[in-house]
Amino acid sequence: MHEWALAEAILTSVKQVAEQEGLKEVTEVTVRVGELQQVERPILRFALLQMKTGIYMNSKFRILKAKSTLKCRVCGNSWEYDIKKMGKGAAEAIHFIPEVAHAYIKCSKCGSSDFEIISGRGVLLENIKGAK
Amino acid sequence: MPVDPRTSIINERLVGIRRIIAVSSGKGGVGKSMVATTLALTLAHNGCKVGLFDLDFTGPSTHIILDVQNLTLKEEKGIVPPTIYGLEYMSLVYFVGENPTPLRGEDVSNALIELLVVTRWGALDFLVIDMPPGIGDVILDLVRLIKRIEFLIVTTPSLLAFETVKKQVNLLRELKMPIIGIIENMKMDVTESIEVETGKLGLKYLGEIPYDPKVECAIGDEAELLSTAVAKKLRQVAKGLLLVEKRER
Repeated sequence: MHEWALAEAILTSVKQVAEQEGLKEVTEVTVRVGELQQVERPILRFALLQMKTGIYMNSKFRILKAKSTLKCRVCGNSWEYDIKKMGKGAAEAIHFIPEVAHAYIKCSKCGSSDFEIISGRGVLLENIKGAK
Repeated sequence: MPVDPRTSIINERLVGIRRIIAVSSGKGGVGKSMVATTLALTLAHNGCKVGLFDLDFTGPSTHIILDVQNLTLKEEKGIVPPTIYGLEYMSLVYFVGENPTPLRGEDVSNALIELLVVTRWGALDFLVIDMPPGIGDVILDLVRLIKRIEFLIVTTPSLLAFETVKKQVNLLRELKMPIIGIIENMKMDVTESIEVETGKLGLKYLGEIPYDPKVECAIGDEAELLSTAVAKKLRQVAKGLLLVEKRER
Protein backbone atom coordinates (compact mmCIF):
# COMPACT_ATOMS: atom_id res chain seq x y z
CA MET A 1 0.00 0.00 0.00
CA HIS A 2 3.04 2.28 0.20
CA GLU A 3 2.57 2.75 -3.56
CA TRP A 4 -0.50 4.89 -2.83
CA ALA A 5 1.57 7.31 -0.76
CA LEU A 6 4.09 7.49 -3.60
CA ALA A 7 1.37 7.99 -6.21
CA GLU A 8 -0.01 10.89 -4.20
CA ALA A 9 3.46 12.45 -4.01
CA ILE A 10 4.03 11.94 -7.75
CA LEU A 11 0.73 13.60 -8.70
CA THR A 12 1.32 16.52 -6.33
CA SER A 13 4.74 17.02 -7.93
CA VAL A 14 3.33 16.72 -11.46
CA LYS A 15 0.81 19.44 -10.65
CA GLN A 16 3.51 21.72 -9.24
CA VAL A 17 5.80 21.24 -12.26
CA ALA A 18 2.91 21.70 -14.69
CA GLU A 19 1.97 24.97 -12.99
CA GLN A 20 5.57 26.18 -13.08
CA GLU A 21 5.81 25.38 -16.79
CA GLY A 22 2.39 26.82 -17.61
CA LEU A 23 0.93 23.53 -18.84
CA LYS A 24 -2.83 23.48 -19.20
CA GLU A 25 -2.93 19.75 -19.74
CA VAL A 26 -0.49 16.95 -18.90
CA THR A 27 -0.40 14.25 -21.57
CA GLU A 28 2.40 11.94 -20.41
CA VAL A 29 4.22 11.37 -17.13
CA THR A 30 7.38 9.27 -16.97
CA VAL A 31 8.39 7.86 -13.61
CA ARG A 32 11.45 5.72 -12.88
CA VAL A 33 11.30 3.36 -9.92
CA GLY A 34 14.39 1.86 -8.35
CA GLU A 35 14.53 -1.87 -7.78
CA LEU A 36 15.87 -1.40 -4.26
CA GLN A 37 12.52 0.02 -3.10
CA GLN A 38 10.59 -2.81 -4.81
CA VAL A 39 7.70 -0.57 -5.78
CA GLU A 40 4.99 -2.74 -7.32
CA ARG A 41 4.56 -1.09 -10.68
CA PRO A 42 1.04 -2.42 -11.34
CA ILE A 43 -0.14 -1.10 -7.95
CA LEU A 44 1.58 2.24 -8.53
CA ARG A 45 -0.03 2.50 -11.98
CA PHE A 46 -3.43 1.56 -10.53
CA ALA A 47 -3.05 4.16 -7.76
CA LEU A 48 -2.02 6.85 -10.28
CA LEU A 49 -5.00 6.04 -12.49
CA GLN A 50 -7.40 6.05 -9.54
CA MET A 51 -6.14 9.37 -8.22
CA LYS A 52 -5.74 11.29 -11.46
CA THR A 53 -7.94 14.27 -11.89
CA GLY A 54 -7.87 17.85 -13.25
CA ILE A 55 -4.96 18.71 -15.53
CA TYR A 56 -3.63 15.13 -15.66
CA MET A 57 -7.03 13.50 -16.17
CA ASN A 58 -6.08 12.24 -19.64
CA SER A 59 -2.40 11.61 -18.97
CA LYS A 60 -0.56 8.41 -19.80
CA PHE A 61 1.84 7.06 -17.19
CA ARG A 62 5.13 5.41 -18.17
CA ILE A 63 6.71 3.59 -15.25
CA LEU A 64 10.28 2.49 -15.92
CA LYS A 65 12.64 0.40 -13.80
CA ALA A 66 16.17 1.19 -12.61
CA LYS A 67 18.61 -1.49 -11.46
CA SER A 68 19.97 -0.95 -7.97
CA THR A 69 23.70 -0.32 -8.10
CA LEU A 70 25.67 0.08 -4.91
CA LYS A 71 29.25 1.26 -4.46
CA CYS A 72 31.36 0.53 -1.41
CA ARG A 73 32.98 3.61 0.10
CA VAL A 74 35.69 1.51 1.74
CA CYS A 75 37.02 -0.71 -1.09
CA GLY A 76 35.41 0.98 -4.13
CA ASN A 77 33.60 -2.18 -5.24
CA SER A 78 30.47 -1.53 -7.34
CA TRP A 79 27.80 -4.18 -7.58
CA GLU A 80 24.23 -4.68 -8.66
CA TYR A 81 22.11 -5.76 -5.74
CA ASP A 82 19.34 -8.25 -6.36
CA ILE A 83 16.76 -7.44 -3.70
CA LYS A 84 14.97 -10.72 -4.42
CA LYS A 85 17.78 -12.47 -2.49
CA MET A 86 16.80 -10.56 0.64
CA GLY A 87 14.63 -12.11 3.38
CA LYS A 88 11.01 -10.94 3.54
CA GLY A 89 11.22 -8.79 6.70
CA ALA A 90 14.32 -6.88 5.60
CA ALA A 91 13.03 -6.48 2.04
CA GLU A 92 9.81 -4.99 3.38
CA ALA A 93 11.72 -2.57 5.61
CA ILE A 94 13.81 -1.46 2.60
CA HIS A 95 10.61 -1.08 0.60
CA PHE A 96 9.43 1.59 3.03
CA ILE A 97 12.77 3.26 3.79
CA PRO A 98 15.47 2.29 1.24
CA GLU A 99 18.23 3.74 3.46
CA VAL A 100 17.70 0.97 6.00
CA ALA A 101 19.53 -1.15 3.41
CA HIS A 102 22.58 -0.07 5.42
CA ALA A 103 21.28 -2.21 8.28
CA TYR A 104 20.98 -5.33 6.11
CA ILE A 105 23.27 -5.18 3.06
CA LYS A 106 27.06 -5.49 3.16
CA CYS A 107 29.65 -4.92 0.43
CA SER A 108 29.92 -8.10 -1.61
CA LYS A 109 33.72 -7.81 -1.50
CA CYS A 110 34.82 -6.42 1.87
CA GLY A 111 31.67 -6.75 4.00
CA SER A 112 31.34 -3.04 4.85
CA SER A 113 27.93 -1.44 5.30
CA ASP A 114 29.38 1.94 4.29
CA PHE A 115 28.20 2.03 0.69
CA GLU A 116 26.55 4.52 -1.60
CA ILE A 117 23.34 3.84 -3.48
CA ILE A 118 24.43 4.90 -6.96
CA SER A 119 21.17 4.16 -8.74
CA GLY A 120 17.88 2.36 -8.33
CA ARG A 121 17.05 3.79 -4.92
CA GLY A 122 13.46 5.00 -5.11
CA VAL A 123 10.99 6.91 -7.23
CA LEU A 124 11.94 9.75 -9.56
CA LEU A 125 9.66 11.85 -11.70
CA GLU A 126 11.65 11.77 -14.92
CA ASN A 127 9.62 13.65 -17.48
CA ILE A 128 6.30 15.40 -18.05
CA LYS A 129 4.79 16.17 -21.43
CA GLY A 130 1.83 18.42 -21.90
CA ALA A 131 0.11 21.20 -23.78
CA LYS A 132 0.27 24.93 -22.98
CA MET B 1 13.75 17.15 -14.55
CA PRO B 2 14.22 14.61 -13.01
CA VAL B 3 12.27 15.64 -9.89
CA ASP B 4 12.11 13.94 -6.51
CA PRO B 5 8.34 13.80 -5.97
CA ARG B 6 8.46 13.05 -2.28
CA THR B 7 9.04 16.51 -0.79
CA SER B 8 5.88 17.88 -2.42
CA ILE B 9 3.65 15.87 -0.11
CA ILE B 10 5.36 16.36 3.28
CA ASN B 11 3.39 19.35 4.53
CA GLU B 12 0.18 17.66 3.40
CA ARG B 13 1.06 14.75 5.71
CA LEU B 14 1.40 17.12 8.67
CA VAL B 15 -1.65 19.24 8.00
CA GLY B 16 -3.69 17.68 10.84
CA ILE B 17 -1.06 18.52 13.47
CA ARG B 18 -1.50 21.74 15.44
CA ARG B 19 2.00 22.13 16.88
CA ILE B 20 5.30 20.44 16.11
CA ILE B 21 7.90 20.60 18.90
CA ALA B 22 11.45 19.44 18.29
CA VAL B 23 13.26 18.53 21.51
CA SER B 24 16.80 19.33 20.64
CA SER B 25 20.30 20.03 21.93
CA GLY B 26 23.73 20.87 20.61
CA LYS B 27 25.18 18.08 22.73
CA GLY B 28 24.43 14.37 23.14
CA GLY B 29 23.74 12.74 26.49
CA VAL B 30 21.77 15.62 27.99
CA GLY B 31 18.51 13.66 28.27
CA LYS B 32 16.67 14.77 25.13
CA SER B 33 14.97 11.41 24.62
CA MET B 34 13.76 11.23 28.22
CA VAL B 35 12.52 14.83 28.06
CA ALA B 36 10.81 14.28 24.68
CA THR B 37 9.13 11.05 25.75
CA THR B 38 8.02 12.36 29.14
CA LEU B 39 6.76 15.61 27.60
CA ALA B 40 4.72 13.62 25.08
CA LEU B 41 3.26 11.39 27.83
CA THR B 42 2.51 14.40 30.02
CA LEU B 43 0.67 16.20 27.22
CA ALA B 44 -1.29 13.02 26.47
CA HIS B 45 -2.25 12.77 30.15
CA ASN B 46 -3.61 16.30 29.88
CA GLY B 47 -6.08 15.05 27.31
CA CYS B 48 -4.13 16.08 24.20
CA LYS B 49 -3.70 13.94 21.13
CA VAL B 50 0.04 13.48 20.85
CA GLY B 51 2.54 11.87 18.50
CA LEU B 52 6.16 11.02 19.30
CA PHE B 53 8.60 10.87 16.40
CA ASP B 54 12.13 9.56 17.04
CA LEU B 55 14.50 11.09 14.51
CA ASP B 56 17.71 10.09 16.24
CA PHE B 57 18.42 7.52 13.51
CA THR B 58 21.83 6.33 14.64
CA GLY B 59 21.08 6.29 18.37
CA PRO B 60 17.33 5.88 18.86
CA SER B 61 16.20 5.31 22.43
CA THR B 62 12.58 6.43 22.88
CA HIS B 63 11.45 2.88 22.04
CA ILE B 64 13.43 1.64 25.04
CA ILE B 65 11.97 4.32 27.32
CA LEU B 66 8.48 3.31 26.19
CA ASP B 67 9.29 -0.41 26.08
CA VAL B 68 8.04 -0.70 22.51
CA GLN B 69 8.09 -4.35 21.49
CA ASN B 70 6.73 -6.37 18.61
CA LEU B 71 4.38 -3.71 17.34
CA THR B 72 2.95 -4.35 13.92
CA LEU B 73 2.82 -1.50 11.46
CA LYS B 74 -0.57 -0.91 9.92
CA GLU B 75 -0.49 -0.08 6.24
CA GLU B 76 -3.12 2.25 4.90
CA LYS B 77 -1.91 4.21 1.88
CA GLY B 78 1.30 4.60 3.87
CA ILE B 79 1.95 3.63 7.49
CA VAL B 80 -0.35 4.45 10.40
CA PRO B 81 1.86 4.87 13.48
CA PRO B 82 1.07 2.34 16.22
CA THR B 83 -0.28 3.74 19.47
CA ILE B 84 1.60 3.12 22.69
CA TYR B 85 0.53 4.60 26.05
CA GLY B 86 -1.83 6.83 24.07
CA LEU B 87 0.96 8.21 21.84
CA GLU B 88 1.11 7.74 18.09
CA TYR B 89 4.67 6.53 17.85
CA MET B 90 7.05 6.38 14.89
CA SER B 91 10.72 5.44 14.79
CA LEU B 92 13.22 3.98 12.34
CA VAL B 93 13.52 1.15 14.85
CA TYR B 94 10.43 -0.48 13.31
CA PHE B 95 12.48 -0.98 10.15
CA VAL B 96 15.92 -1.86 11.48
CA GLY B 97 15.27 -3.60 14.80
CA GLU B 98 18.48 -4.03 16.76
CA ASN B 99 20.73 -3.70 13.70
CA PRO B 100 23.16 -0.77 13.66
CA THR B 101 22.26 1.62 10.84
CA PRO B 102 25.25 3.69 9.80
CA LEU B 103 23.93 6.58 7.70
CA ARG B 104 25.83 9.38 6.03
CA GLY B 105 24.42 12.83 5.29
CA GLU B 106 22.45 12.14 2.11
CA ASP B 107 21.12 8.86 3.53
CA VAL B 108 19.93 10.69 6.65
CA SER B 109 18.08 13.21 4.48
CA ASN B 110 16.52 10.48 2.35
CA ALA B 111 15.45 8.39 5.34
CA LEU B 112 13.91 11.46 6.95
CA ILE B 113 12.01 12.43 3.79
CA GLU B 114 10.78 8.87 3.30
CA LEU B 115 9.53 8.65 6.90
CA LEU B 116 7.76 12.00 6.57
CA VAL B 117 6.10 10.86 3.33
CA VAL B 118 5.07 7.41 4.46
CA THR B 119 3.76 8.21 7.97
CA ARG B 120 0.04 8.92 8.23
CA TRP B 121 -0.31 10.84 11.47
CA GLY B 122 -3.81 11.34 12.79
CA ALA B 123 -5.23 14.68 13.92
CA LEU B 124 -2.82 15.68 16.69
CA ASP B 125 -2.55 18.58 19.10
CA PHE B 126 1.20 18.03 19.42
CA LEU B 127 3.86 16.11 17.55
CA VAL B 128 6.95 15.86 19.77
CA ILE B 129 10.16 15.07 17.92
CA ASP B 130 13.19 13.52 19.59
CA MET B 131 16.05 15.07 17.63
CA PRO B 132 19.57 13.79 17.17
CA PRO B 133 22.23 15.90 18.88
CA GLY B 134 23.95 18.74 17.10
CA ILE B 135 23.27 20.93 14.13
CA GLY B 136 23.54 18.36 11.35
CA ASP B 137 21.40 17.04 8.55
CA VAL B 138 18.17 16.34 10.43
CA ILE B 139 17.81 19.82 11.88
CA LEU B 140 18.69 21.44 8.54
CA ASP B 141 16.27 19.20 6.63
CA LEU B 142 13.42 19.66 9.09
CA VAL B 143 13.76 23.42 8.95
CA ARG B 144 13.86 23.23 5.16
CA LEU B 145 10.93 20.86 4.81
CA ILE B 146 8.61 21.87 7.66
CA LYS B 147 8.25 25.57 8.18
CA ARG B 148 6.35 25.54 11.45
CA ILE B 149 8.60 23.65 13.85
CA GLU B 150 9.26 25.06 17.30
CA PHE B 151 12.37 24.09 19.23
CA LEU B 152 12.61 23.18 22.89
CA ILE B 153 16.27 23.02 23.84
CA VAL B 154 17.72 20.77 26.51
CA THR B 155 21.04 21.38 28.24
CA THR B 156 22.80 20.15 31.35
CA PRO B 157 24.42 22.47 33.90
CA SER B 158 27.73 21.89 32.10
CA LEU B 159 29.04 24.96 30.37
CA LEU B 160 30.48 22.58 27.75
CA ALA B 161 26.94 21.49 26.88
CA PHE B 162 25.70 25.05 26.98
CA GLU B 163 28.42 26.19 24.59
CA THR B 164 27.02 23.84 21.93
CA VAL B 165 23.49 24.99 22.80
CA LYS B 166 24.54 28.58 22.06
CA LYS B 167 25.69 27.52 18.59
CA GLN B 168 22.37 25.79 18.01
CA VAL B 169 20.46 28.86 19.18
CA ASN B 170 22.46 31.06 16.82
CA LEU B 171 21.75 28.71 13.92
CA LEU B 172 18.03 28.57 14.67
CA ARG B 173 17.90 32.35 14.91
CA GLU B 174 19.65 32.70 11.56
CA LEU B 175 17.03 30.33 10.15
CA LYS B 176 14.29 32.37 11.89
CA MET B 177 12.94 29.36 13.77
CA PRO B 178 10.95 29.85 16.99
CA ILE B 179 12.55 28.63 20.24
CA ILE B 180 10.18 27.83 23.12
CA GLY B 181 12.98 27.98 25.66
CA ILE B 182 15.81 26.12 27.35
CA ILE B 183 15.38 23.48 30.04
CA GLU B 184 18.25 22.54 32.33
CA ASN B 185 18.39 18.81 32.93
CA MET B 186 20.32 16.67 35.45
CA LYS B 187 20.99 19.54 37.82
CA MET B 188 23.06 18.61 40.88
CA ASP B 189 24.39 21.87 42.35
CA VAL B 190 22.74 25.11 43.34
CA THR B 191 23.91 27.49 40.65
CA GLU B 192 22.13 29.94 38.46
CA SER B 193 24.72 30.03 35.69
CA ILE B 194 22.55 28.38 33.00
CA GLU B 195 19.56 30.52 33.91
CA VAL B 196 21.75 33.63 33.68
CA GLU B 197 23.28 32.51 30.37
CA THR B 198 19.82 31.71 28.97
CA GLY B 199 18.73 35.22 29.92
CA LYS B 200 21.74 36.66 28.09
CA LEU B 201 20.55 34.85 24.96
CA GLY B 202 17.15 36.48 25.37
CA LEU B 203 15.45 33.10 25.72
CA LYS B 204 13.00 31.77 28.27
CA TYR B 205 14.50 29.58 31.00
CA LEU B 206 11.95 26.80 31.35
CA GLY B 207 13.38 25.57 34.63
CA GLU B 208 15.65 22.93 36.09
CA ILE B 209 15.20 19.19 36.38
CA PRO B 210 17.16 17.77 39.32
CA TYR B 211 19.41 14.80 38.65
CA ASP B 212 17.28 11.78 39.47
CA PRO B 213 19.23 8.52 39.87
CA LYS B 214 15.93 6.61 39.93
CA VAL B 215 14.97 7.64 36.43
CA GLU B 216 16.62 4.51 34.99
CA CYS B 217 14.23 2.36 37.02
CA ALA B 218 11.27 4.12 35.41
CA ILE B 219 12.27 3.09 31.89
CA GLY B 220 9.59 1.01 30.25
CA ASP B 221 6.89 1.84 32.83
CA GLU B 222 4.49 4.66 32.00
CA ALA B 223 3.29 5.25 35.59
CA GLU B 224 6.86 5.34 36.88
CA LEU B 225 7.94 7.66 34.07
CA LEU B 226 5.17 10.06 34.99
CA SER B 227 6.31 10.14 38.62
CA THR B 228 9.94 11.09 37.95
CA ALA B 229 11.47 14.48 38.66
CA VAL B 230 11.58 14.94 34.87
CA ALA B 231 7.81 14.52 34.66
CA LYS B 232 7.22 16.89 37.58
CA LYS B 233 9.05 19.71 35.82
CA LEU B 234 7.58 18.87 32.43
CA ARG B 235 4.07 19.15 33.82
CA GLN B 236 4.81 22.87 34.25
CA VAL B 237 6.27 23.09 30.75
CA ALA B 238 3.23 21.28 29.34
CA LYS B 239 0.95 23.65 31.24
CA GLY B 240 2.70 26.57 29.55
CA LEU B 241 2.34 24.95 26.12
CA LEU B 242 -1.33 24.27 26.75
CA LEU B 243 -1.94 27.87 27.84
CA VAL B 244 -0.38 29.10 24.59
CA GLU B 245 -2.47 26.56 22.71
CA LYS B 246 -5.66 27.72 24.45
CA ARG B 247 -4.92 31.38 23.67
CA GLU B 248 -4.30 30.58 20.00
CA ARG B 249 -7.55 28.64 19.51
